[in-house]
Amino acid sequence: MTETETEVVEGIGSDYGIKYGFHVPEDYFFKSGRGVSHELVDAISSHKNEPDWMRKFRHKSLDYFYARPMPEWGGNVAEIDFDNIFYYIKPTENQAESWEDLPPDIKDTWDKLGIPEAEKKYLAGVGAQYESEVVYHKLQKHLEDQGVIFLDTDTALREHEELFKQYFGTIIPQNDNKFAALNSAVWSGGSFIYVPPGVKIEMPLQAYFRINAENMGQFERTLILVDKGAYVHYVEGCTAPIYSTDSLHSAVVEIVVMEGARCRYTTIQNWSNNVYNLVTKRAVAHKDATMEWVDGNLGSKLTMKYPAIWLMGERAHGEVLSIAFAGKGQHQDAGGKCVHVGANTTSVITSKSISKDGGRAGYRGLLQVDKSARGAKSKVVCDALILDEESRSDTYPYMKIEADEVDIGHEATVSKIGEEQLFYLMSRGLTESEASAMIVSGFVEPITKELPLEYAVEMNRLIQLQMEGSVG
Amino acid sequence: MALLKLEDVHVALEDGTEIVKGVDLEVGSNQVHAIMGPNGSGKSTLANAVMGHPAYAITEGRILLDGEDVTELGADERAQRGLFLAFQYPHAIPGVTVTSFLRSAINAVRKARNGGTDDPIAIPEFRKELLAQMDRLKVSRELASRYLNDGFSGGEKKRVEILQMAMLKPRIAMLDETDSGLDIDALRVVAGGVKELVGPEMGALVITHYQRILDYITPDFVHVFVGGKIVEEGGPELAKKLEAEGYAPYEEVAV
Repeated sequence: MTETETEVVEGIGSDYGIKYGFHVPEDYFFKSGRGVSHELVDAISSHKNEPDWMRKFRHKSLDYFYARPMPEWGGNVAEIDFDNIFYYIKPTENQAESWEDLPPDIKDTWDKLGIPEAEKKYLAGVGAQYESEVVYHKLQKHLEDQGVIFLDTDTALREHEELFKQYFGTIIPQNDNKFAALNSAVWSGGSFIYVPPGVKIEMPLQAYFRINAENMGQFERTLILVDKGAYVHYVEGCTAPIYSTDSLHSAVVEIVVMEGARCRYTTIQNWSNNVYNLVTKRAVAHKDATMEWVDGNLGSKLTMKYPAIWLMGERAHGEVLSIAFAGKGQHQDAGGKCVHVGANTTSVITSKSISKDGGRAGYRGLLQVDKSARGAKSKVVCDALILDEESRSDTYPYMKIEADEVDIGHEATVSKIGEEQLFYLMSRGLTESEASAMIVSGFVEPITKELPLEYAVEMNRLIQLQMEGSVG
Repeated sequence: MALLKLEDVHVALEDGTEIVKGVDLEVGSNQVHAIMGPNGSGKSTLANAVMGHPAYAITEGRILLDGEDVTELGADERAQRGLFLAFQYPHAIPGVTVTSFLRSAINAVRKARNGGTDDPIAIPEFRKELLAQMDRLKVSRELASRYLNDGFSGGEKKRVEILQMAMLKPRIAMLDETDSGLDIDALRVVAGGVKELVGPEMGALVITHYQRILDYITPDFVHVFVGGKIVEEGGPELAKKLEAEGYAPYEEVAV
């Protein structure tokens, strides 16, 4: 037996409001007005002292954002009030290298979320973004010495402009979709990672994204480059206070996994139930490379997120492991996309969705096998668990297969927690909610077992929390 | 005082069909009772209803556990008070290991007995006890890290039911057709495991169609159950008689 199980049991009874839903007073270095405009884009670019090409890129992106219609598929985004959002807040003048250097309220927030403690125990590097800026950033010295770059994206633009410019916006073009365009216009913060050839980073690098202000818009931008034969595991977590009005989180994440390299990207998304979470994530995997998205969506009001992998090189391998849990008032439209371009490429998409108390959770995925992808193999498994009559699950598995000699498998199941299963567990002394939580934990176990211990604990604890219905 | 007392218990299905038609029974500590009956006599329904299955309504009568009326309590509360049912067809819980499940169950019971405050069992203590019980019941240690009943053979499921009983240490253990699907060696181990637990702290109620299991656990009392009722009671010799003559004479009476 593992430590996980103990901690999971001990975690029962915690509460989103106390653990994550708090907010602290605002005492910021700079806070923009509400709404987005070319003036705002200029202000952001000036604040960041950016090169002219980036300023132009932002303005053009804003034009794309204005020009594009709102998406009419997925979740209901019609109610987002773009004029009511704060697009840029710079909480502190300078980034800190020590937690002690942060203003007390902000430091307290990180302490409550357990980030400094996690850094000491099991992380190779940490970036902590508060509102629009990364207020704390640190990488272990020995990794720095090996040439690893782990910076907030703004600093990376200043310090590594050439490398940055070579890849930025190439995986997800600025006009890819309405929300990627918005991010491209007003982006701030996020992580920039470069892992040199052959360097394998044993412990995860973690970024934590925290919204504190009401009606905040957070638009971090992440770019990860894993050079030949290298390995990195990047983990992101996110939470926000509970407010009665909406916030917006719209990130763009671009990843390049070069020949023989491996990248794993794990998300534990636990936004409060007033956050729209509309994120574009895409990776390119070259010859013999492996890309893995482990995507846990537990929070937010609406999430629309389909981490994608373009398998470009021969024998590249992609995996998407996705968990979506929708409770009261939540809609999780999650899934994954794998596009096979190279020959003999392989992919696995595993999706587990749970809906409860009127929540709506779904799988939306694309499997595309181009003509060039001879010998491609793919397996898509999506399982849905619906906990009551009011809740809903949808599955939209799109497939576009153009190559011959491919091996494609697809399985989908929808189940409910059976009375007999519950009775069996309750006859051993578990309460009904404990029994349901146990069945749900078991249902998502194929994914949680892929997580490092600490994150498996976190994920299970969040599921317990959801099962108690105390969120929002 | 009897640990388990059934007073004129009637059980009906959701559609109102009465399956159990008035049962009186007292099981004390240090006692083994056997309920023997043909298929369809309602003996499994009785066991499930006593355990608190939501699909079986107790329409008349009372169930007392250690003197407390538990008729209105849920299965979890009955279990927390020391009632246990070894299932005829245990359900699979994919993704939950036997170990994890057992510890959660033990901690749920401990929490309830501690007035609702967590009182988790220490891991080394739990682990030691689990390994000892597994060895005693000849449960392969490999099963501990497998998902509960998921892909288990019939025999493995039954052994794990008894393992759960040994770990949870109930006051009253009901065994529903635990002998079915077991070969002689397994039956001997399982029966031995039950027998060892019967004592000042526990009484057992063995529900079975055949007399076979009773060769290994000698009952103190045998109740013949036909048509939803106990139609005859006696000592261990009654089981032998049933083995020889079958249930036919009783079924004629019941009709």
